Amino acid sequence: MSIFSRTDKSIAGRWWWTVDRWMLGLIIVLIVTGLWLAMTASPAVAERLGLDPLHFAKRQMVFLALSLVTVVGVSLMPVKLIRRLCIVGLPVLFFLIILTLTIGPVYNGASRWLQIGSFTLQPSEFLKPVFIVVTAWLLSADFKDEAIPAKLISFALMLFVALLLLNQPDVGQTFLIALVWLAQMALAGLPMVWLISAGLVGVTSLLMAYQFFPHVASRINRFIDPASGDTFQTDKAVEAIEAGGLFGKGPGEGTVKLSLPDAHTDYIFAVIGEEFGALAGLLLLALFAGIVLRGLMHLLEEEEPFKLLAAAGLIMQFGAQALINIGVNLAILPSKGMTLPFVSYGGSSMLALALGMGMVLALTRRNRFITSDRSTFSFPGVT
Amino acid sequence: MTDILSRTMTLEGTGKSAMEVARTRLIAAGALFLVVFMAMAYRTVELGLSATPGAEKASRNRLVQVAVARYKRSDIVDRNGEILATNLASASLYANAHKVDDISVTAQKLVKILPTLTLADVERKLKSGKDFVWLKRHLTPEQKWQINAIGNPALKFKADEVRVYPHGNLAAHVLGHVDIDGNGIAGLEHYFNGSLDDAAKTDEPLKLSLDIRVQHALADELSAAVSAHQATGGAGIVMDVNSGELLAMVSLPDFDPNNAGNEPENTRVNRAAFRVYELGSTFKTFTIAAALDDGIINMEDSFNAVKPLNVGPFTISDDHPKKRYLRVPEIFAYSSNIGMARIADTLGADRQKEFLSSLGMLKPAKLELTEVGRPVFPQRWKRLSSMTISYGHGISVSPVQLSTGIATMVNGGRLIPATLVAKNIDTNFGENAGSGQIISAATSRKIRQMLRVTVRQGTGSKADATGYRVGGKTGTAEKASGGSYDRDALISSFVGVFPMDDPKYLVFVLLDEPKGIEQTFGFSGGGWTAAPVVKNVILRTAPLLGVKPSVEDETLYKNVALLFED
Repeated sequence: MSIFSRTDKSIAGRWWWTVDRWMLGLIIVLIVTGLWLAMTASPAVAERLGLDPLHFAKRQMVFLALSLVTVVGVSLMPVKLIRRLCIVGLPVLFFLIILTLTIGPVYNGASRWLQIGSFTLQPSEFLKPVFIVVTAWLLSADFKDEAIPAKLISFALMLFVALLLLNQPDVGQTFLIALVWLAQMALAGLPMVWLISAGLVGVTSLLMAYQFFPHVASRINRFIDPASGDTFQTDKAVEAIEAGGLFGKGPGEGTVKLSLPDAHTDYIFAVIGEEFGALAGLLLLALFAGIVLRGLMHLLEEEEPFKLLAAAGLIMQFGAQALINIGVNLAILPSKGMTLPFVSYGGSSMLALALGMGMVLALTRRNRFITSDRSTFSFPGVT
Repeated sequence: MTDILSRTMTLEGTGKSAMEVARTRLIAAGALFLVVFMAMAYRTVELGLSATPGAEKASRNRLVQVAVARYKRSDIVDRNGEILATNLASASLYANAHKVDDISVTAQKLVKILPTLTLADVERKLKSGKDFVWLKRHLTPEQKWQINAIGNPALKFKADEVRVYPHGNLAAHVLGHVDIDGNGIAGLEHYFNGSLDDAAKTDEPLKLSLDIRVQHALADELSAAVSAHQATGGAGIVMDVNSGELLAMVSLPDFDPNNAGNEPENTRVNRAAFRVYELGSTFKTFTIAAALDDGIINMEDSFNAVKPLNVGPFTISDDHPKKRYLRVPEIFAYSSNIGMARIADTLGADRQKEFLSSLGMLKPAKLELTEVGRPVFPQRWKRLSSMTISYGHGISVSPVQLSTGIATMVNGGRLIPATLVAKNIDTNFGENAGSGQIISAATSRKIRQMLRVTVRQGTGSKADATGYRVGGKTGTAEKASGGSYDRDALISSFVGVFPMDDPKYLVFVLLDEPKGIEQTFGFSGGGWTAAPVVKNVILRTAPLLGVKPSVEDETLYKNVALLFED
C-alpha cells in the first residue's frame, strides 16, 4: 500500500490506485502455480522426446515471465489505445492466418502455425482476444445509435473468422470464439428468440462439423462410445486422477503421466490430479472460478458498454477455455485441443491469454473510491 | 434545441435499459459459470475418491513399459522358440593410464574386487601410460558398483555385451561359442557369424531344427550310459528322417560355452559331426540295400556262413556264429560278417564305392557347422576293402553321415541332407525331397522290414521300446590301434528308427570304449550298451514328438519272418 503515494500522478502510481488488485493478484498466483506445475509435468514428456528433461520447463519459465510482463504492460495502457490496437490488429491477424494456410508447416494434419526461428506462432490464439475487443467495439455502438446495423456487421465478421479457422482446420477454436461471440451478443441485448435459434444453429453446425471433419467425428464417436476407437489419452487422464486420490502421490511421483503423450499441454490437469491429488485440482478450479466470477461481478458496476462487453468477453473466453480443458481431462467432454490457461505448456496460447487478461485489467481500471449507485447489483463480498 | 434535448433523453433511456439487460445477463453468465465450475469440482472429487488400493496396483502393473533391448548379435532359438543363445548388457573396465596418480593403491583395490587379476599385471597396465588399456571385460553389476565406489576418474567403463547360453552344456557343440569380443569361433556361432552379426537382422533369431527337450533327453540318457560303462565319450543324434532336420545332437564329454576358454580341449570335439569312426555293422544296411536294389540278390537268397572266410592273410569271422547257410534277412539280423562279405563280393567293389559315394559317405557332410569331419576310406578300394567295408570296417564316417544314410534307407530312398536349421514346412520343407532317389521305395520297404526284424528277434532286441515299432541295427567295431584292431576297445553304436511302419525319427547312439558291466554280463557291444540308450530316448521323446504307441501290424513282417530258420 505504501509503494505509491495517493498523490502520485505518474503512470505507475495512477495504475496502482486504479487497477483491480484482487484480479491482478489472482492472475499472478495462477502464473506462479503454472510455473511450478510445468516443472512436474513436462520432464516426462521431454525425456520421452529425447530432450533435456527441463527443456519444456525452461521454455515455460521464459513464456511465463513474458506473460507476467505482458499482463502488467498491457494493463498500463489506456482503453483508447487498446481499442485502436485491436482494430488495427485484427486485419493483421487475418493476414497471418491466411499465411498459415499457405506457407505454414502442417502438423498432425492441421496448418495453424507460423515458424519464426525456433518458436512457432499460432496466430489464431491472438485472434481470440483481439476479435473479442473488436466485437465489443462494434456491439457497443448499438447502445448509442441503433441506426448502425452493428449486430449484422459483427455477425458477418464472425462468419469470416469461422471460415478462416475452419480452413486450418481448427474446430475447437471456432467453437470457443463463436461461444464467446454469442455471449457478447447476448450481453448486447440480442433477443431471447435469437439466442435460442443461435443455440440451435450451434448444435447444427456441430453436427455438420461431425459430418465434414473426420477428426471431429472420431473424437465425438469415441466420447459417446469409448469402445468405438482409441480413447487412450482420456482413459489415461482419468486413470491418473484416480491414481492420485485426494492427496496425490507427491510431486514427481506420478507414473500414469509417463504414458500420457500430452501430459505437459492438454492433459496437465490430470497430472496435477495424480501428483497433488483431487484437492489440489479443487484449489486450481477455485482459482479459475475466482478469476472468472470476480471479473464478471466486478463488471456489474461498469457504466461503459464497450468496457463491459470487452472485459466480459475476455473473461468468458478465459473461463470457457479453462472449463473445456478440465472437462476433457475429467472425461465429461470429448477430447479437444484446448490449453489450460497459464498452466499448459505453449507460448502462443499463454502470451495471448496474458494479452487478454492484461486488457481485462486495463479495461476495469477505475477510481476505487467512487462506487456506482447501482446498489441493486452489488453483492456482498464481490466488490 | 428541445428536439436535440429530447433525442438525447431518448438515447439515454435506451442506453440505460440496454445496460440493465446487459447486467442481468452478466449475472446469468456468472451463475452459469459457477454451476459448471461446481460440476467440474464434483467430478474431480468423485474421481479422486474412486481410487482403491487394488485399482492403483492394477494400473501400475499395466504401466510397466518394457524397453526392447537391442543387441548387436541375433539370438539363437530352438525349433519351438526356446532361447539357446542370447545377449546380456555388461560393462567392461578400462583405464586411462596416464591419469592414474596413485597406481599401487588403485591396483590393490582393483585386485581385491577382481580376484582373477594379478597385482603385477594391473600395475604394469596402469603404468603403461596409454590412453586406453583394458583391465577386465564383462564385469558383474556388483563388481561395477564396487569399482565405481573407488571413485578414481581414470577407471572407466565401456558398455559391452556378453553372449549367454542359458542351457549351459546342453547343445554346446552345436552352438559353439564366441570369443571375448563376441565373434563366433566355433559351431553355429562361427558358421553363421556374419548373419548373426548382421545389424539389419539382429531382431530375427536364428531358428534351429533342434528341440531342446529332445536334446536334453538324449544328453541325459547318453551321459548315464557313458558313466555306467565308463566310456571315454559318446555321441548321439535324433533326426527327422523326412526332412533331414536334426532334433538333437549330443557329444560327450561336453563343455559350458559360457566359459569355453577354460574347458579342456578334448571336451570341445564334436563327436557327432567332426570325429569319424569305423562304425561297424550298421554299415551292412548300405551294401545289402545296394545289392537288393540292383537286383543282384533277393531276400530269399542264402549265403554260406558255415565257417570263417579267409581272404588272403585275413580272416573274416562272425560275432554271433550260426555256422550254416543264412538267408539275407538272417545275415542282417544276426549281423553275419561272413555272409555280408559274400554279398559284397557279389556286388563288386566298384558298385559298392559308387553306391556309398552317392549316399554322401565319401565327402564331408554338408552340415551348418565349421567342424565337419572328413571321411576316411582306402585309396585302393579292392576286393578285401570292399568286404570289410560291407560290415563297416576300413571306412570311417561321422555319426551324422551314417544317420543321413540310414534315413535315406528307410524314408523311401530319398537322400535328404542333414541340417541344423529349422525348415519352414510351407517353403523349403520339400526342397530336398527329390534331391536324390538313391534306392527304390520297394527296396526301402525291404530294409525297413529287416531293421524291424533285427530288433524283434535279432541283435537289436534291447532297443525295442514297447509300442513304438522300433527298427534298427547294432554296430560294434574294434578300434584300430597301431595297424591292427583292439578287441577290447570298441566303438559300440546303435541306430534306431521309429515307428518302422511309417518312419519318422532316427535315433543314433554311440559309445566310445564302453566297458562291459554286470547288467550286460560283461558284454560291451552296441546291442548291449547303445541299444538300451536308444530305447530309453525313444520312450522319453516319442510323446514329445507326437508319435503314438500302437499295436503292430504283424502282416508287415510275416514274409520276412518266414525266411528265418530259427
